[in-house]
Amino acid sequence: MSPLLPQTVLDRLHAALPQARVELVNNPSPSGQHALLVHREDAVQVAEFLKNDPELLLDYASDVSGVDYPEYLEAVYHLFSIAKKHGPIVLKTRTGDRGADASVPSLTRVWKSADFQEREAFDLFGIRFEGHPDLRRLLMWEEFEDFPLRKDYVAPNDCEYEPTPHGDIVQKAAAASASPVPQA
Amino acid sequence: MSASSSNFFSGTADAGALEVSLGPHHPSTHGVFRMNVRMEGETVVKLQPVFGYLHRNHEKIAEKNSWLAAMPYTDRLDYICSGTNNWAYAVAVEKLAGIEVPERAEYLRVIVGEMTRLQNHTAFLGFILGDMGAWGSALMYAFREREKILDLFEELTGARMMLNYARFGGVRCDTPAGWLDKARAYLATYPAFLDEMEQFLTGNEILLSRLQGVGVLSAQRAINGGLSGPVLRASGVDYDIRKVDGYSIYPRLKFRVPRGEVGDCFDRFMLRLLEARESLKILQQALDQIPEGPVVNPAVKQRGFKPPAGEAYGRIEGPKGELGFHLVSNGTEKPYRYHVRPPSLINLTLLEEMCLGTKIADVMVILGSIDIVLGEVDR
Repeated sequence: MSPLLPQTVLDRLHAALPQARVELVNNPSPSGQHALLVHREDAVQVAEFLKNDPELLLDYASDVSGVDYPEYLEAVYHLFSIAKKHGPIVLKTRTGDRGADASVPSLTRVWKSADFQEREAFDLFGIRFEGHPDLRRLLMWEEFEDFPLRKDYVAPNDCEYEPTPHGDIVQKAAAASASPVPQA
Repeated sequence: MSASSSNFFSGTADAGALEVSLGPHHPSTHGVFRMNVRMEGETVVKLQPVFGYLHRNHEKIAEKNSWLAAMPYTDRLDYICSGTNNWAYAVAVEKLAGIEVPERAEYLRVIVGEMTRLQNHTAFLGFILGDMGAWGSALMYAFREREKILDLFEELTGARMMLNYARFGGVRCDTPAGWLDKARAYLATYPAFLDEMEQFLTGNEILLSRLQGVGVLSAQRAINGGLSGPVLRASGVDYDIRKVDGYSIYPRLKFRVPRGEVGDCFDRFMLRLLEARESLKILQQALDQIPEGPVVNPAVKQRGFKPPAGEAYGRIEGPKGELGFHLVSNGTEKPYRYHVRPPSLINLTLLEEMCLGTKIADVMVILGSIDIVLGEVDR
């Protein structure tokens, strides 16, 4: 079985969807896992094609992760085919920026396996996956406000700092210890 | 964001519905894991998992340390199977930097990896019985054997559970004198133990009625949901990364890939038993064929390791499923991005689908049949 090359995938994509904006991103590592960077507006269409094309049948979106770069955030999908037993094909989408426009389309409707992983990337990187059925924080608590895996995240050096009801509990505890302890 | 995870049912319940927060401190959640379950009578109509009780941002810690410093920390992902965690990370780094691994090291990795799978599947047999209410006996039988494998690990690596054994381009240390013979002698007694377990369990009427037809999952749903490992194969999918990727020395070893037919909890249970037997076959061959030679590639500088810029995704068939690492290097001493593909988390994607329409008591069995470890789910 010959390995599936990203160039082959790109050629098939261009033939089937000539208007889709996809480019090959070279990976200088010896791993040779070159990526396909798809414009976010075309991502769902491209994903549907990759999953259903009879030659590619990339039916298994194994891994989804986010990466923080200075200008944008990136969502990286590692796709395999269980039917054809080939892969990985690396699919990337980029957000417009790291602030108000930090969104990419969700591919959960194409591959259910992206569900929790996209939630995790949203939680830790702040990538908004538009169209995700249930986009909530996965690991951090709901009231948490920052994105810990971003490079510019500053961890609080004050152990009392937690944007949760924890502060109230500390206050109550302080008040309780200030009042005289009832003797048994 | 939608409803808060702490009270997602609020204001939406019907008069007849009962809402239960299962966990996080429940012996059958295998750690600190919570499920919000809505029931009508005893039938589950909605289930929502809540994660994060064991979250310590493993990935951030790894990105702030050197490449090698993440190695002992991978032990703490799935703490039952640290041997395979190390291995998966080493495989990803080796892909990233193009490192060759000496022959003997590959054999030692397979031996430790398959022993890890063996003790994981053995422990699973005990845990699932516990989840069904047979608390104690089966687990003690399983742990008796598991302890003996941990003894072998201790002699080899100095640690029973946190092995920290793999290195980039090899393993940390060679076997002590006589270790291979000891391992061979011990593993020769293992089939008898598996026979005994099978005799006790497989035909048991209570076990059959608790497992058969419960939590059925079709092959197509399992693939789309990204399930991997024994859970995927129990649904009848022929996909074992040891065969598909052919990494390490697996193409040289003869073993079969068991598959389920129905995709229910019983298939998942039986699959572990069958896989344990295949692991024994692999171990026997590996122990017989292991050559002499170096155990680590001497060209690799472990401390101050700097892979070239680029990225790589490396994966292996862990005992719980596809364990992968996505690494991005910018050519410095620290990973720019370090991401774990945790099989335990992703195998929970379809938990709700499997549980809908079953009784609440079956939820625990279905969760047990997936076989998760929270150290890996929450990272």
